[in-house]
Amino acid sequence: MSLVISHLARRFGATQVLRGIDLTVDQGELIALLGPSGSGKTTLLRIIAGLDWPDAGGLSFDGADWLAKSAAERRIGFVFQHYALFPHMTVRDNIAFGLSVLPRSDRPAKAQIASTVDGLLSFLQIEGLADRYPAELSGGQRQRVALGRAMAINPRVLLLDEPFGALDAQVRRDLRRWLRGVHDSAGTTSIFVTHDQEEAFELADRVVVMNGGVIEQTGHPDEIYDHPATSFVARFLGLTVEVPVTMRAGRAQAAGIDLSALPRRAMADGPATLFLRPADILPVPDPQAPFRVTEIASTGALLRVVAQDDAGCRIEAEVPRREGRDLRKGQPVALRPAAGQIFPGGPQTAAVPIQTPMTLKEARP
Amino acid sequence: MTPATAPAALAPRPDRRAQWLLVGLAVALTMFIVVVPLIYIFWRALSEGLGVFAQNILAPDTLHAIWLTSVVAVITLPVNLAIGIAAAWLIARFTFPGRKLLLTIIELPFSISPIIAGVCYLLLYGRQGLLGPVLAAGDIKILFALPGIVMVTLFVTSPFVAREVLPLMQAQGSEQEQAALTLGASGWQIFRLVTLPNIRWALLYGAVLATARAVGEFGAVSVVSGAIRGQTNTLPLQIELLFNDLNTVGAFAAATTLTLIALMVLVVKTVIEGRTR
Repeated sequence: MSLVISHLARRFGATQVLRGIDLTVDQGELIALLGPSGSGKTTLLRIIAGLDWPDAGGLSFDGADWLAKSAAERRIGFVFQHYALFPHMTVRDNIAFGLSVLPRSDRPAKAQIASTVDGLLSFLQIEGLADRYPAELSGGQRQRVALGRAMAINPRVLLLDEPFGALDAQVRRDLRRWLRGVHDSAGTTSIFVTHDQEEAFELADRVVVMNGGVIEQTGHPDEIYDHPATSFVARFLGLTVEVPVTMRAGRAQAAGIDLSALPRRAMADGPATLFLRPADILPVPDPQAPFRVTEIASTGALLRVVAQDDAGCRIEAEVPRREGRDLRKGQPVALRPAAGQIFPGGPQTAAVPIQTPMTLKEARP
Repeated sequence: MTPATAPAALAPRPDRRAQWLLVGLAVALTMFIVVVPLIYIFWRALSEGLGVFAQNILAPDTLHAIWLTSVVAVITLPVNLAIGIAAAWLIARFTFPGRKLLLTIIELPFSISPIIAGVCYLLLYGRQGLLGPVLAAGDIKILFALPGIVMVTLFVTSPFVAREVLPLMQAQGSEQEQAALTLGASGWQIFRLVTLPNIRWALLYGAVLATARAVGEFGAVSVVSGAIRGQTNTLPLQIELLFNDLNTVGAFAAATTLTLIALMVLVVKTVIEGRTR
């Protein structure tokens, strides 16, 4: 019982939106499609739903070819970013919609539909809203109704397009936990699209990072966070500091940066680029060091420290305020990263976003 | 917008002279251009008493004109609804070559003078017209008969429904319909349960406008109907006829019926506008 996507490609006019997507989703998994806008993630979701068709490639569920089936025949649940609730129907009628449009021979009796809806209403914790209209609900409540409507047909796969995109931060966090609970107790295979990495990491069993119509990396959230496979994933996950280094005998070297905390890498000698998170860099006062502190700004809990060397290399670090007490503007500092990711090639090649899937595969360690 | 609270004590006193001038101008213009002529119709129609008024309304030719106009309105309405929904659906939901052209063609009757529409029909379906011999051979009578009047009225009124429904369908987008699709609804179910309820007020509004126009259309109908008394004379044509016969009371009496229909339509339109906003 798995969803198999193979070599899927889709073009809109001159834009190649998907360039060969391969992905297998297992029964009961909760998958996040994570990527910046324009990465093709929503197009992929719509193709799975049957709201769009690919130009090439295959899509099958449990052995059955889904490209030969209409959206209705696939029996998927789709939750739209802006909910797309039917404004002239009550919450109850919205949720019952998928059951009441079934052909007369398959349609459950009225009483049975009503009890299914009641069950969903209490499952989604919106019993009190049954007779309201969508216009009378808050964003979070609408989201729950949209989910209830999609779940009423007992879908094989639940697809959610930016499920929390239109909500404010607090409601987002609550609903995220709630959705994880709903997924776990319903046991449906679910795929959701998001551009928010925190959301993807907190919610998903497996995160699929997409960029420019290809999958950059697939894996468990921690795995992706600790070992980004490509420079794109590294940048996207907040490893925003890029330092040119030289590889020698598996170790990276750079003047004024203490890289002894990084593990040895099986990588050829030569120029490489080190990607760091600002929070992983600790500036240590050192009179011999080539870096000087040029800016210090407090964001409350953290100090944002900018250090620069004579060659113009500018590095931003985030330090807990207590640990940065001794730092002064103009002071020479050595930089000590606690973790980082190294990709072969100088900063020039790494700074240009890599366009073709071929080079991306080569870039994988 | 006027603020809900009274202006503060130190706020500058507003100069309302320009405001009052504009309001006065608007009221005066409305009075002399719309209200006074309307009242005058009723005044003249009733000037010789209710009996004469009733006698004129119940004159066989006038009654027949009222009947004919109603028949035309009743026939054109469903056709207009069907054309309007189909066109709006097509343009709002699909992209195809010639989409812009279709949009322009739908609006064409708005920019063409109705009399030109009438003349076109005359040239096409008339005895000396392009299709004249064919129609004569099949003994089909279009001009100077009900079919011609209905067709030319359709020509004039066809843009109203699509013009009202299309912007609404474009603004609403197709997400709700896609949602219904993923929930297993058939095309007809999607239309009946999702699309139609969303556009119902715009549809009704367009229908009201189209009907008002169908009832009141003069130019195009006058060319194709032949204005045969008691046979192909619609209400507007009958009014002109009575007026030309110097039967002022009769003309004004017939005009009151048309005016009453128009006022009723106006009330319905206002009510619908209230619902849509």
